[in-house]
Amino acid sequence: MKAAATLVILAVLATVPWWIGNPYLLHVLIVTGIFVIAAMSLNLLLGYAGQLSLGHVAFFGVGAYASALTSLGFSVHISPAMVWQVDAKPAWLAMLAGIVAAGLCGWFIGRIAFKIRGAYFVIVSISFAEVARLVATNWVELTQGPMALNNIPPLFGFYKKPENYWLVLAVAVIAFILIQRLVSSKAGRAMIALAENEALATSVGIDVTRYLVLATVVSAAMAGAAGALYAHYVRIVDPDVFLFLYTVTMVIMVITGGKGTLAGPVVGGLIFGLLPEGLRAAAIRPEAQWIVYGVLMVLVVYFLPQGIVPALRRQAK
Amino acid sequence: MDQLLQHCLNALMLGGTYALLGIGLTLIFGIMKVVNFTHGELYAFGAYMMYMLVMLTGVNFFVALGLAIILGVLLGALLEFVLLSRLRGADIDTTMLVMIGAWIALQNAEQLAWTGVAVNIRNPFPAAPLVMGPVSVAWNRVFVFAIALALIFATYRLINHTKLGRAMRATFQDRDTAALMGVQINRIHTATFALGSGLAAAAGALLGPVFVAYPSMGDLAAAKAFAVVILGGLGSIPGATAGGFILAFVEELGAGYISSGYRDAMGFVLIIVILLFRPTGLFARRERIG
Repeated sequence: MKAAATLVILAVLATVPWWIGNPYLLHVLIVTGIFVIAAMSLNLLLGYAGQLSLGHVAFFGVGAYASALTSLGFSVHISPAMVWQVDAKPAWLAMLAGIVAAGLCGWFIGRIAFKIRGAYFVIVSISFAEVARLVATNWVELTQGPMALNNIPPLFGFYKKPENYWLVLAVAVIAFILIQRLVSSKAGRAMIALAENEALATSVGIDVTRYLVLATVVSAAMAGAAGALYAHYVRIVDPDVFLFLYTVTMVIMVITGGKGTLAGPVVGGLIFGLLPEGLRAAAIRPEAQWIVYGVLMVLVVYFLPQGIVPALRRQAK
Repeated sequence: MDQLLQHCLNALMLGGTYALLGIGLTLIFGIMKVVNFTHGELYAFGAYMMYMLVMLTGVNFFVALGLAIILGVLLGALLEFVLLSRLRGADIDTTMLVMIGAWIALQNAEQLAWTGVAVNIRNPFPAAPLVMGPVSVAWNRVFVFAIALALIFATYRLINHTKLGRAMRATFQDRDTAALMGVQINRIHTATFALGSGLAAAAGALLGPVFVAYPSMGDLAAAKAFAVVILGGLGSIPGATAGGFILAFVEELGAGYISSGYRDAMGFVLIIVILLFRPTGLFARRERIG
């Protein structure tokens, strides 16, 4: 029954480009899909492993930059006498490079998370993202700084919107299945146990470092994949991909949808991906739109602290 | 040598305001354990109140400064009463999410009210700088420095040597015992948040006329305040004061001798390094409130 419903939803989603007609709406759906992938990756860390990472956009941005740079090729002075030269690689290989680069950053942050928790971890993760943004702005030789990286080749030569839509959908489905398999495995149960009661989990022999690092690496690599998709779809990357507001958007998506549920980030992602377009259609100014976001976030924390998906599930019962 | 002296003087002037921002946050984040994302917005609020009072209604500069600080205290009290009073005992993540929501709403409300264009605020000080041998400093910076030091000292006295300060420390050390001793703990929460917010507004009201005021000016200020608090150790006013000056010196010398593009990165790098190697801050022996 549940599998059948999932298949029907997937079939409907897959046929969207044929009946939607409006190319702008399709564009909105593609970008929303990319953010849903990022939100799913954040959910692994925030919902399952219980680590509030407010620097998640760093992984997204590192994935975007690493992938864009590898596909464009670059040469950069490591020391005055030494030049690191990389020729342009095919876009799919570049995306892999983006995923690996983001995963490495995740490993680093995961090691830190082992030492510091709670508010300290939040501040370190924000600081990490801000340092990444400042490096992207100032290391002009590599990143072109605010001039941005332009003319990034698309993945698999996909210039058209429907092709990109299916690509994003496919990656989202893969990410969803990966997370589903991971959280129902032994490693996933260990993460959930850590989030719920670390002292108890440790006492029954769960290796804290190992599972926190695993969670951050997988989460970061997935966010990196979303960043790479973004870079090759919009085909321009500037330091603004590191903006704190994007992290906040992802957090709102996860919290509203329901952290620690598989469907939560998808539901929250679709709502907050499409809501701005609805508000724009209602001719509301962007500042007012963000005020609505902020107030909604406060209201969700007060009235739906578990998020929409768990609330619906309780209603169904 | 002259250049180094000038850098040090600039850092000293800057450090006063960083310390002011830091002690406001160390009360809220360090003692109340609220990761206060609205701190930067109170800073921007202070600057815009100066703009409104001095430039739009023509109030005297010094009167406007006092009013801006009082308005900051009131806004802080309102925020605490509306948003946080029903979250007593909630975990730190929950209050943090509420504060992020409030931060987004406040910043965009500022943008809606004042547009995104940066505004200048007139100040009554002579334009010619104060020249001391090889170095010089603008008169308005000297004024900012003096007021900042006075406010820091007043806050220190308030926390450590008054009945209200003792009630604050008692409340955040052990809420239940404090309540049993007759402390009105809800009022103390509101008062502490209002005091921290007032100090942030004071920093904004002081620095707005030195630089310019714009809606997102609070983001960087808040980031620096967090750096100062972490440097000094949570909840320590002397620590935050020292942290403010350290951050200013690191930034000023780093910008002068390493790279000015990475000026704002110094604070973040300091945060990461400090938390990795000395998580309780440079000065605190241990966290005061666990």
